[in-house]
Amino acid sequence: MRAMHDLGGQPAGPVERDEHDPSHAERRVDALMALLRARGLFNVDEMRRTIESLPPEIYERHDYYERWLYTIERLLIEKGVLTAREIEDRLAADG
Amino acid sequence: MAKPAFKPGTAVRVRDLPVKGHMRTPGYIRGRRGRIEVLQGFFPNPEQLAYGAKGLPPVPLYLVRFPQSEIWPGYGSTGDSLALDIFEHWLEPAET
Amino acid sequence: MTHDHHHDDDAHGHVHPGKGDHPTHAWERREAAIRSLLIEKGLVTAEEIRRKIEEWEQKTPADGARIVARAWSDPAYEARLLADANAAALELGIDSSAVKLVALKNTPRLHHLVVCTLCSCYPRTVLGLPPAWYKAKAYRSRAVSEPRRVLAEFGTVLPPEVELRVVDSTADCRYLVLPLRPAGSESLDEAALATLVTRDSMIGVALATAPA
Repeated sequence: MRAMHDLGGQPAGPVERDEHDPSHAERRVDALMALLRARGLFNVDEMRRTIESLPPEIYERHDYYERWLYTIERLLIEKGVLTAREIEDRLAADG
Repeated sequence: MAKPAFKPGTAVRVRDLPVKGHMRTPGYIRGRRGRIEVLQGFFPNPEQLAYGAKGLPPVPLYLVRFPQSEIWPGYGSTGDSLALDIFEHWLEPAET
Repeated sequence: MTHDHHHDDDAHGHVHPGKGDHPTHAWERREAAIRSLLIEKGLVTAEEIRRKIEEWEQKTPADGARIVARAWSDPAYEARLLADANAAALELGIDSSAVKLVALKNTPRLHHLVVCTLCSCYPRTVLGLPPAWYKAKAYRSRAVSEPRRVLAEFGTVLPPEVELRVVDSTADCRYLVLPLRPAGSESLDEAALATLVTRDSMIGVALATAPA
């Protein structure tokens, strides 16, 4: 069965000419990815492997940058840099 | 560095390897027959990099060109083509 | 690990076609939480993030356009560009050393179209950030299988005798299309030529602009 990200040749509708500029949060995600890769925390193929294994409902429901944020989070937890608990605690504290 | 297996112009077929997990050979090109366009160089294997390994020794990477009519049923009789970068272990010599 | 989200109005006013209401607040809070933790642990600094954002903001298709304009004006440069695009870009002060940059020359008989079906690989070092449509499903799916229909959606129609070659960026190479130099541009200098080279012409969904 074809993996979800392997899109070449799949049926799809017209190309919607989405030209929106990335928001501030989206730019920060881009920056974080580049900085964490430069720091050697993970490489681009580990990132791709992680985004490719997102559950389909997450892949479908979230936009491009949200999926990458989710990916960064998964990798940081996998590598023992952050814990899920720390993230949830910080979210709760930030309110 | 190992010698590249394929020279430009060689007819090759894309293998349908049973790789699970990360790979960079799209499903639509499996089993298709094309020609080596150029050797792009040697690069670490992304299938191993994806799991934290170094992916060495680097693998030859080729730009391989295919007629579109070979890939998509009903594409038509134009000379249109499709090219993609494929790692050496995904290629085997094709009948000429 | 689940993302708990609720339907909020899109706070940014930009449209995500087909997505309907877009929960941005929860996502942004998550980004802030992760970022603050990483800063606390000394893995990144706020300054580094700011500088990286600025660095990417300065990367625009104008860099790619300079490369194309130089190639149009100087056949020896074009030859160097086709042989080693990284080195040729560096001649113009553009550093692409993180990837292997490859220039694809269009001719009257050959037109290139670049896509990344597996994710969103794009020659960022010469074109800046990719447009959202390049990263979306419709383009990634159909650029390989129905390229002429996709081009028509961009208003680009190629004669049937022109070979349309789609290049799928599946690995370490990043591709920059050298569009055909428009007719009537013979007297233009490099700076004027660069204004004819659009981002879309360097992806391959469009031709370079005809001179006024």
